[in-house]
Amino acid sequence: MNKIPIKFTVNGKQREAQVEPNELLINLLREELYLTGTKYGCGVGECGACTVFVNDEPVLSCLTLAASVDGQQITTIEGLAKGSELHPMQVSFLKNAAVQCGFCTPGMILTAIALLKENPEPTEEEIRDYMRGNICRCTGYTQIVRAIKECAESIKS
Amino acid sequence: MSKFKIVGKPIPRFDARAKVTGSLKYADDFTMPGMLYGKVLRSKYAAANINSIDTTEAKQLKGVHAVLTAKDVPHNETVTRFGQSTVIGKGFEGLYRVLADKKVRFMGEAVALVAAETEEIAEQALDLIKVDYEPLPGVFDPEEAMKPDAYQVGEGDTNIIGEFGCRQGDTEKGFAESDVIIEDTYTVTFQDHAFMEPESGVGWIDDYGVLTLRVSSQVIEHFRDVADVLGLPHNKVRYIGTIMGGGFGGKEDITVESFLALLVWHTKKPVRLVYNRDETFMCHSKRHPFVMHYKVGAKKDGKLTALNAHLIGDSGGYPYLSAWVTLYATVNAAGPYVIPNVNVKAHVVLTNNTFTSANRGFGAPQPNVAYESIMDEIAHKLNIDPLEIRRLNCITTGGALSTTGQVFNTHVALPEAGEKAWEALGEPDESKEENIKIGQGLAIGLMSYGRMTFLHDTSRCYVKLESDGSALIRSGIPDLGAGQISSLCQIVSEELGVPMSRIKIYHSDTALTPLAGTTTATRQCYMSGNATLKAAREVRGRILKKAAEMLIVNQNNLDIVDENVVVTYDTAQSIPLVKVIKACEAEGMELFCEAQFNAPFTSVPDLSNMRGTTHPDFTFGAQAAEVAVDIETGKVKVTKIVTCYDIGKAINVAAVEGQMEGGSIYGMGYAMFENYELEKGAPKTLSFAEYRIPTTLDAPEVKTIVLESGGGLGPYGAKGIGEPACSIIAPAILNAIYNAVGVRIKSLPVTPEKILQGLKERAL
Repeated sequence: MNKIPIKFTVNGKQREAQVEPNELLINLLREELYLTGTKYGCGVGECGACTVFVNDEPVLSCLTLAASVDGQQITTIEGLAKGSELHPMQVSFLKNAAVQCGFCTPGMILTAIALLKENPEPTEEEIRDYMRGNICRCTGYTQIVRAIKECAESIKS
Repeated sequence: MSKFKIVGKPIPRFDARAKVTGSLKYADDFTMPGMLYGKVLRSKYAAANINSIDTTEAKQLKGVHAVLTAKDVPHNETVTRFGQSTVIGKGFEGLYRVLADKKVRFMGEAVALVAAETEEIAEQALDLIKVDYEPLPGVFDPEEAMKPDAYQVGEGDTNIIGEFGCRQGDTEKGFAESDVIIEDTYTVTFQDHAFMEPESGVGWIDDYGVLTLRVSSQVIEHFRDVADVLGLPHNKVRYIGTIMGGGFGGKEDITVESFLALLVWHTKKPVRLVYNRDETFMCHSKRHPFVMHYKVGAKKDGKLTALNAHLIGDSGGYPYLSAWVTLYATVNAAGPYVIPNVNVKAHVVLTNNTFTSANRGFGAPQPNVAYESIMDEIAHKLNIDPLEIRRLNCITTGGALSTTGQVFNTHVALPEAGEKAWEALGEPDESKEENIKIGQGLAIGLMSYGRMTFLHDTSRCYVKLESDGSALIRSGIPDLGAGQISSLCQIVSEELGVPMSRIKIYHSDTALTPLAGTTTATRQCYMSGNATLKAAREVRGRILKKAAEMLIVNQNNLDIVDENVVVTYDTAQSIPLVKVIKACEAEGMELFCEAQFNAPFTSVPDLSNMRGTTHPDFTFGAQAAEVAVDIETGKVKVTKIVTCYDIGKAINVAAVEGQMEGGSIYGMGYAMFENYELEKGAPKTLSFAEYRIPTTLDAPEVKTIVLESGGGLGPYGAKGIGEPACSIIAPAILNAIYNAVGVRIKSLPVTPEKILQGLKERAL
């Protein structure tokens, strides 16, 4: 198969790559750009661990063709902090002990940020509904939901 | 005011920042130049003879560097171990076979290995391997497999691989004296660990010919087992244990490591091997399904008189840790109750199902489902309140376990935990719809922390103060996400007055760190916590001795606080820690210590009737649940969970709460919908769509009540919590369902069909 040349932005940096027509975005990010914060959990869009932003919209990178991000802006978990200053959602996850094994954490944080963008003051029910596609086996979600709620409150104030 | 400065505080774990920024390198995030990709060929049959394997074509494919079968494995058959250096015998160390040879025992069993330049080429090569299978009938039901004329799963003449018993008193007499007898059979299913991080690792040969494996494992002591497979000296295999993306017992046995080692050794190149999600479902261990025949008797006043139980566990195709798990189930079979007459026996049996082994709770959650449901039935029959029946019968401090007779000299937080959990659950919500019925349920329980005492468990830790006042820890402790490593840092910070930010820990690397034993059996806080405390206190003692000379005060009046040695009765008098360190160094004093902590040692019990101490200690607790049952659809929603455990002393209270919350939901999934289903050995649930684990929508907010009796055997009186946390929520939910609609669910998981069927039977 002929490789497809693409140009795109990742975490604010211009990138170019030659990708296979059937190559997935998760593969491009992890294996070629070494952005391994994006996690492989299931490969079929059932766990949310591979969530990234394409033009600020959350997508599952294991279901997205790499070729489709030509000309697009991608943000991964590595692109959230500004230097050593963490994103408020990252801070809230730290403060609320919402991180255990951490494997679902990048996807959780990105999805949670997307939620607050759509709905800056979500109720607990709305948080639980929005986050249902990101699974976590360690925490039981109590501290994750709390972290999202607290982050929303801290942004508001 | 607490006497603790750091211990107990909800300090973010040392690796949390790397986790929220995505910079932490898990096992499959690692890359080496010139790295090959490993893949495993899996058996298509659950039971079959392998007549021949032809790898010619696969080997010829461009980009393929190795195709290996059983004949390429120097020692294809060894024994399953989980880090123990004491050999127990008695069938505990079962057969460990790396690649299927002649006979296949379960679908998904590894048959051949490939290493190639890309994953795609490796997959193509798998397709080119020709295996000539001769399918065999197989056996899939453990009770069938126990029969003398059953199909033989392995090469032996019986499928029974473990038999255990515990007896006290005279059960016949006990039943004769009872006013009410409940006799029932409970069944529980296969549960997958469903950790988010698949089994994974990268291996290479280092500059000195050492086979190095950077892998996600709960047991870095497997370096010995891998060395035995390859016929290498133990000191020529190095394990670097990565921070795990969850384990729950599923990374306790060897997963990718032997395969990786073989591919690296044959190709002399770095190799990465990562399981796909369907492979992780099909090819790693599960929680043992059990069939549990129970008979329990009680007097009119609710006092228990006798308990008979026969537990039959399904080991699947290989023994792995089945015998150990079944021993735990036997010990736990009578729960935390005083019962004068007990007869428990247990069998564990090979079948052609996916193999079973350690899973969080290790044999405790299964019998807990049965005995706690039956306690509820007795309460109901005798019209006694669910809390009251437990108050009447539970073990208290100084009491003994009714199975083994092990005496509890440490604090037993019963019935206290039950009272607290039940009270915190509060009044049931009122149903807003006629078809929704609300119910509440309670369960109490106990579970061991620390390994079986006849394993003679040890842990070692090295602690050092550097010249600049920073501290270094070296511990072989693997961290599966529960914060095991951070706890050790908190202990050192507490003892040496060094802030968490100035502590560096090297962990789980057989070349760098003293062996701390396995991250299993809820043992690390207890074992490595004590080893770390011992090492830190030794160094602290040396610092205080020197400081006492420098300040001209009694050593007993000194403490180390915020990097200063201070006089406790006059905090204005102090000296910077770094000054004392320099003074010590000038005199050549050792400001490091490697300490070893030994658990209590016992000899191997008589397995047909185990008596006395089998575990160092137990954690006691209670869980309460509220459910909403839709009587039209049969759907059950768990709406409230309260979890209350005596954890002795929290080293990090946020980590403890995290275990209690996460454990509750892990156990809720087990009760409500997790079911690894097989049909004649063929797994049907190989994705998260088919094997559903709890999501944010399924899980209620969990309310935690942390009791700190200080009565544990761990550092500062701590007990273990990781496994106890998940082991009794299932029966609490089943009891809540009964309370809501009068339907007693006796087989997990709860399904709408079972609820509707139960309602139908009740109406008749």
